[in-house]
Amino acid sequence: MSKHTAAPPLENAGLSAEDRQLFCDARPRPYEPYPVKAIEDFANWARANSLWILAFGTGCCSIELRPLMTARFDASRFGVAGRPTPRQSSVFIIGGYVSVKTLKRIVRSYEQMQGPKFIIALGSCPANGGMYFDSYNTINQFDLYLPVDLYVTGCMPRPEALLHAILDLQDDIKQGKCDGANRYIEHLDWYKANQKKVIRDWNMPDYNW
Amino acid sequence: MNEILERLVRDFDITDINERSPALTTLKVKKDNGERLIRELRDRMDFTHLNFITCTDWIENGIFRLVYMLHNYTTRQTLGVHIDIDRENAEMTSIHTLWAQAWTYQRELREMYGIRFPGSPRLDEDFCLEGWDQMPPMRRDFDTAKFSEERFGHREGRVSIVPRDHMKAQLYPDRGGSE
Repeated sequence: MSKHTAAPPLENAGLSAEDRQLFCDARPRPYEPYPVKAIEDFANWARANSLWILAFGTGCCSIELRPLMTARFDASRFGVAGRPTPRQSSVFIIGGYVSVKTLKRIVRSYEQMQGPKFIIALGSCPANGGMYFDSYNTINQFDLYLPVDLYVTGCMPRPEALLHAILDLQDDIKQGKCDGANRYIEHLDWYKANQKKVIRDWNMPDYNW
Repeated sequence: MNEILERLVRDFDITDINERSPALTTLKVKKDNGERLIRELRDRMDFTHLNFITCTDWIENGIFRLVYMLHNYTTRQTLGVHIDIDRENAEMTSIHTLWAQAWTYQRELREMYGIRFPGSPRLDEDFCLEGWDQMPPMRRDFDTAKFSEERFGHREGRVSIVPRDHMKAQLYPDRGGSE
C-alpha cells in the first residue's frame, strides 16, 4: 500500500485550471486479494460465474455479440449478460478494430468500470492491426493501451469462438490469472504515456474515476 | 434527360457529358459555375435530393475532383456533377444553404482532403480525426503506411499470407509451389 500512496497524484494536465478542481487526482490502487486463499478462491468462483458485458461495440466484430445474447447461442447459460453502462459491467469485449477516436472512449469507459474487470480482445485487429495494419486511424496493438486478459483470433470470430473465450476466461478467473486490471494500475504511467502518444487531444482527466 | 442537358449546356458551359446508364449521367462544370448549376438543378430541374458529395485526388493533374451526386425522384434520374478544383489552393463554394446536410460532407472533405468551404458551419471542428496534426490523410501524397508504422508501431512476428501462394504451396509442394 505504501508504495502506491507515495506516488505523486495525477497531473490532469489535459484539463483547464478551472476544470482541474472538479476532477479527482488520486491514483487508483491495485486490488489486493483476500489473505485467506480459500476465500479468494471462492470470490473468484463467484466472479467467474457472473460476467456482465459492457454493451459497447467498437468495430465490426461486435456484431458477434448480438447473436451471443439471443436464443441460439444464449450466453446467459454461462452467467453472462449485457449491461448498458460501464459502472455496471465487468467484461469489456473489444469488438474489432479500434480507431483513435474510439480508443479515447474505450479508455474512459474502462476506467469507469468497477473492479473486478476483464478485457477480451476480439478479432485480429486489436491483436496486430489485422487488415487495417496500415491505416492512419486505427491502432495496431491494443495491449499497449489497455491490459488484455484474453485474445480471440479470427476475422471475424464466430459466436462459438466467443463462447469458448468466455469459458476460457472463466477458467482463468477461477485460477486467479486474470490480473489485467492490476497490471494496468501498477504500470499506469507506461499505459498513459502510450495512450497520450496516439490520443493527441487529451482533454480528460488522467484517470476517469 | 436530353432536353434538360441541352439547356444546361447552353447556360452553364458544361463539358464531358457521359451517360453511363439510363439512370446515371455525369457532367463536368467549371468551379465558378458549380454552385449556380447545382442551385438551378435543385430549383428548376427537380433534382431535389443530394445523395452525397465526395472527392477524388488526381494528384498527377494537380486537381481535386468534387462529385456532387443529385437525384430526381420524378424521373428517377441520378446526375453526377464533377467540378475540378485546384489542389494547391483547394477551395469551393459551400452549398449548405441548398441542403442542410451538405455541411457534414463539407466538414468531412475539409478534414480528409483539406478543402475549404468558406461559410460552411462548424467546418474546422474535428470530425473523425481528433487531434490530427498531419496533412489531411486522404491526400494521395500522405504515406499512411509510414505514418501507421511511426505512430502505432507493429507487433513483432506479424506475417501476411497471400491465399494464392499459400494454396499453391499446399497443393504443389514438390514443385516448389508452382502450378
